[in-house]
Amino acid sequence: MSAISCTDLCKYYQQGDAVIKGLDHVSLEIEQGSFICLSGPSGSGKTTLLNAIGGLDSLDSGEISIDGERVDLLGKAALADLRLHRIGFVFQAYNLIPVLSARENVEFVMQVQGVAAAERQQRSSKILQEVGLEGMEDRRPAQLSGGQQQRVAVARAIVSRPRLVLADEPTANLDSDSMESLMRHFRELNRAHKVTVLIATHDQRVMQWADRLISMEDGRVVEDVLQDGAKGRG
Amino acid sequence: MALPVTAVMTLSWRNLWRNYRRTLIMLLAITVGVWAMIFMTSLLRGMVDNMVRTGISALPGHVQIHALDYRSDPSISHSLPAPDAALLSVLNSPQVAAWSGRIKVPAMISSEQDSRGVVLLGVDPVGELALGFDLDDIIEGRFLEGSDERGIVVGAKLMQRLETRLGKRVVLMSQDPDNAIADRGFRVVGVFKADLESREESIVYAGRDVIQAMLGAGTDISEIAILGHDYRSPGALTDTIRRAVPAGREVLSWLELDSYLSTMMKVMDGFVLVWMVVIFLALSFGLVNTLMMAVFERVREIGLMRALGMRPSSIVYQILVESLMLLMLGLLAGNLLALATIFWLQEGIDVSAVSEGLEMMGAASVMYPVLEWPDLILANAVVIVLGLVTSLLPAWRAAQYRPVDALGAGWI
Repeated sequence: MSAISCTDLCKYYQQGDAVIKGLDHVSLEIEQGSFICLSGPSGSGKTTLLNAIGGLDSLDSGEISIDGERVDLLGKAALADLRLHRIGFVFQAYNLIPVLSARENVEFVMQVQGVAAAERQQRSSKILQEVGLEGMEDRRPAQLSGGQQQRVAVARAIVSRPRLVLADEPTANLDSDSMESLMRHFRELNRAHKVTVLIATHDQRVMQWADRLISMEDGRVVEDVLQDGAKGRG
Repeated sequence: MALPVTAVMTLSWRNLWRNYRRTLIMLLAITVGVWAMIFMTSLLRGMVDNMVRTGISALPGHVQIHALDYRSDPSISHSLPAPDAALLSVLNSPQVAAWSGRIKVPAMISSEQDSRGVVLLGVDPVGELALGFDLDDIIEGRFLEGSDERGIVVGAKLMQRLETRLGKRVVLMSQDPDNAIADRGFRVVGVFKADLESREESIVYAGRDVIQAMLGAGTDISEIAILGHDYRSPGALTDTIRRAVPAGREVLSWLELDSYLSTMMKVMDGFVLVWMVVIFLALSFGLVNTLMMAVFERVREIGLMRALGMRPSSIVYQILVESLMLLMLGLLAGNLLALATIFWLQEGIDVSAVSEGLEMMGAASVMYPVLEWPDLILANAVVIVLGLVTSLLPAWRAAQYRPVDALGAGWI
């Protein structure tokens, strides 16, 4: 059984008289532990696909299953629980809650999950150290650079040990070093814990890290290839 | 799953101070509103309290005993015998603060210049003072010195009307039990003032024994006036006295004797609630606006929290906690300010400039704020309950955002 199964996904938007195809009969099977990049120009449907898989957006038609559970049939509360326990999100921008410190942001999901305070603290300290933010735990997002904020977001996405990480242009605002560091974390997470990582990106450098590269255009999958020499594969 | 209470409190508290100017302005509005609710209510309570006390001292007493037909025909023929042993044991019990038997009949008073209809009170001065007559109200001469006093005490206004003065002789005329005219000459020994001009013009005090003799009433009296310990709840005292008096007597509390005052008390309770709700309604627009703005400013953040797995109900919870914190802070400041103002003004506010209008309502020209704990609790409850109800709208709006829209993640 695939970790993620997408069958004939359709999502259309009306803009004036024109119909924009967000997703146009997209079907995909993704195995657990995959490291996949979704590429394509702006408006190709990458974010729409990520949002649909993560239960953030509804579909016009089609079916999505995660670990055999139909995501498209879940209600608001069940979708919230799915995102809370099985999916880690990293967005392009506005990833952090401004009034919480880096540590509090990382611990936020664990708090909602009901993880005990001692364990939360231990896990957040460890992950913040791993992403190179040791000593910055008490800083608020406004006191961190864009790259540091993205690393906090990644730490938050993976600290609760989700089965799936969905990242939308996570490196868009990062310099090369920060990008490399971030991708190394994703890859490490993927390799060590068999976490499925699905990244939407324009960035060719990011694509080099993927085992599988799915290209989209006008809401359709136009290419779906495996990459043998992916970076960081080990 | 929901955020633990401590995390919600932290998040709400910090969110509250993100835009501290807006929060401070809202806090000021709540503080002033709560102050107005509590302080103005205490002034109204003080005014009504004063009216009731004045009314009760004019009756006087919290409970009165009469013969059955006395109130429809207050003549000496509808009198009572002096209290028997059973009634005396109740009247002398700790439940009763003071009591006195009085003659109270309609009479005509005549001076050399004029005549007036008055209410003639034959009293025992010791009992009358215990029932609430204030010796400071005597502005000329003195009060009666005993039940056998042969002088009378009249109101200042009546003195003016009769064109007489202290020490002069007047004649009092009434009916005896056989409906024959009973009259007697008295010397004016004292003049009193009253909060109400009508009282000054219509009441004449005389010694009880002298009036009983004048009317040929033996030891009979018109009424027994009884003072309890709390005018607000005369019910228990009334019931006790009812059980102790023989049939053919009417035992009524002041609430029944003076329906104007008792209605005023009831209206006051309703008015206090209306007053508080009206002030809150004015406040609520500011509160909703503040919370709405706070929600609109945080749309993406709310979307992020939803995306991370917070349920819509948790978003509602968090916004309500934020609102509750704002309300509690405003309540704290408003309560303290109101208590300080009431304490500061406990000597009273002189409103003699409008004393004529107040007198028409039966109120005195100095207003004393009276704080009643139920009013304080009501004001706080109104603000918290209605505040949270009002906050439901912005909280519900926040919870309705679809994560994808709120995040502004774009549509492709």
